[in-house]
Amino acid sequence: MRRLRALAAWIEFRLKIGGDVRQAALHPIPASSASWWYVFGSAALTVFALQLVTGVLLALVYVPSAADAWNSLQALNHDITLGWFLRALHGWGSNFMLAIVLIHMVQVFLFGAYKYPRELTWIAGVFLLLMTLGMAFTGQVLRFDQDAYWGLGIGASITGRLPVVGGALVHLLLGGPIIAGDTLSRFFALHVFVIPALLVGLVGLHLLMVLRLGISEWPMPGRIVRRETYLREYEELTHEGPPFFPDAMWKDLVFAACVLAAVALCAAVFGPFGPSGQPDPTIIQTTPRPDYFFLWLYALLSLLPPQLETPVLLIAPPIAILLLLALPLVAGEGERSWRRRPVAVLMVLVLAVALGSLTRMAGVAPWSPEMYAWSGAPVPEADLKGRSPLERRGALVLQGKQCRSCHALGGLGGMRGPALDSVATRLTTGELIRQVLQGGGNMPAYGKNLSPAETAALVAFLQTLHPEGHAAAEDAASPQ
Amino acid sequence: MSEQSQPSRRAALARMGLWLNGVFGALLSVPLVAYLLSPLRRRSGAGGRQWVDLGPSSQFPEGETRLAAFRNPFVRPWDGQTAEIPCWVRHIERETFQVFAVNCAHLGCPVRWFAASGLFLCPCHGGVYYADGSRASGPPERGLFQYDYKVDNGRLVILAGQLPTLSTSASLRRRKPCEG
Repeated sequence: MRRLRALAAWIEFRLKIGGDVRQAALHPIPASSASWWYVFGSAALTVFALQLVTGVLLALVYVPSAADAWNSLQALNHDITLGWFLRALHGWGSNFMLAIVLIHMVQVFLFGAYKYPRELTWIAGVFLLLMTLGMAFTGQVLRFDQDAYWGLGIGASITGRLPVVGGALVHLLLGGPIIAGDTLSRFFALHVFVIPALLVGLVGLHLLMVLRLGISEWPMPGRIVRRETYLREYEELTHEGPPFFPDAMWKDLVFAACVLAAVALCAAVFGPFGPSGQPDPTIIQTTPRPDYFFLWLYALLSLLPPQLETPVLLIAPPIAILLLLALPLVAGEGERSWRRRPVAVLMVLVLAVALGSLTRMAGVAPWSPEMYAWSGAPVPEADLKGRSPLERRGALVLQGKQCRSCHALGGLGGMRGPALDSVATRLTTGELIRQVLQGGGNMPAYGKNLSPAETAALVAFLQTLHPEGHAAAEDAASPQ
Repeated sequence: MSEQSQPSRRAALARMGLWLNGVFGALLSVPLVAYLLSPLRRRSGAGGRQWVDLGPSSQFPEGETRLAAFRNPFVRPWDGQTAEIPCWVRHIERETFQVFAVNCAHLGCPVRWFAASGLFLCPCHGGVYYADGSRASGPPERGLFQYDYKVDNGRLVILAGQLPTLSTSASLRRRKPCEG
């Protein structure tokens, strides 16, 4: 023990860091800041450290080559001892990191902690969020499977919508004319060198400012932030306050440990993410889906009117980022407590509900056709019982022409178009014929692909589709 | 040399050192940036494309649409499967073809051909195209991207080499309104 102490003293004599560490650990904080609400920043840092460690370990095996990346992931999953667990830790760590960063941001926003003098801390935080998202996307690409391949295609398509420079940017993004070896290499460089280096630097800056400016105090309604008085008031709060260690830090430590345990538990129970099928573009029997954190974007791109897509894609993100960056500069003073900032609370709620619902909808993806419904989703028995041969022939046409890709019957089939269980109560014979042949309202026209006999059979069948006791729709002007 | 002038001389030298670093840094950045922008360099061939053989045209029956694949004309040895690019070949009659990129004009997902209904369907956001590649419904704003083709000694050859997007499609043929 004495030797250890001597060694520590020897090092400290040369390093001269003990004083700074002690000061950082023991600096007094406002008594109100030793709260469970203040643990998310340190938890994000902990998960980031986990990501660095697991990332380096994965890089020992991973091959950043378009030809071999997928195989090296398979080797990690199946051949290398605990390779699957490392991949799972890294994958779940990424999900946890994004979630904690978002929670941290919402907490700072609601507590008004971005106000004077912590504006730059918030701005650095905004860039940290963007880089975390960048890590999530580039990481998804390194899991070089079908989803990654087509995800890159989507990225390229979005980039390609930029006027004038779009084409050049697509080639810069892909590192060449197509998604191939050079594409993976540059995403590897981004994910492993560029963004992590920026992240480490910015995290350092972020932390330095937290130490220099002090942890913000618990917001009290009515305690207004003013540039002239804030520093003095904060000084008074911290004057009598407890030291950061251990009074506040024990909560940080306990929460960080719980988060690590949760990541490890998820990794052990649910295992690694993918890889899904091989990144072979000729396998087109694929339904690409983005990772969880980009599902809302996937939903948004399906639900926006087509003519709004490009403007929203190209204009909304820069505006959102500018708003986030400008927030502390515009609202750097004033009320901090969320109890007195209803608009702030409302904004968080609206955003949370919007993102939540979009993510939920992307899980169902009602806009995606059911590609195998024509053979996989049979016509319900009840719809065929007691039908005439012509009507049954119509049911066959319905299946054969793949109408079920978009239209459900008995709860089975696509949801892109309306379910057909009661279509006869909505459309008359004439309207059915017109809709089938000419399409419209987001339905393709089938006029070229249906013979008159097939059309007659199909419409005869559709006319039988109404709930018991409901009459089929009739043309009020018809002589019948 | 007086006592006061010495520091200013050193300051001048330091300033010169800074300038030298700035100048050489700027000079050095030229090759660095050129290297970074190298993907923009046009490859040989017409607009970054080359004629690629899809095989004998007889393997595409008249009146049918079939999936074909070709190796991208510009590859690296480590591209692996990613250099195998699929396309849809529609043989209309005799020497008249249409060769479509599989990438949906919306966000690039691979569209699938359904022969019975005569439609291309996209699994991502539900874009639908008619047999001639024109937009039928869903979010795409235009029809499928098409490759230029020719029939050369009984072989179907297409002009390919780029991932089609709304910007890079300039290198792919735009569908004429009256076609199909």
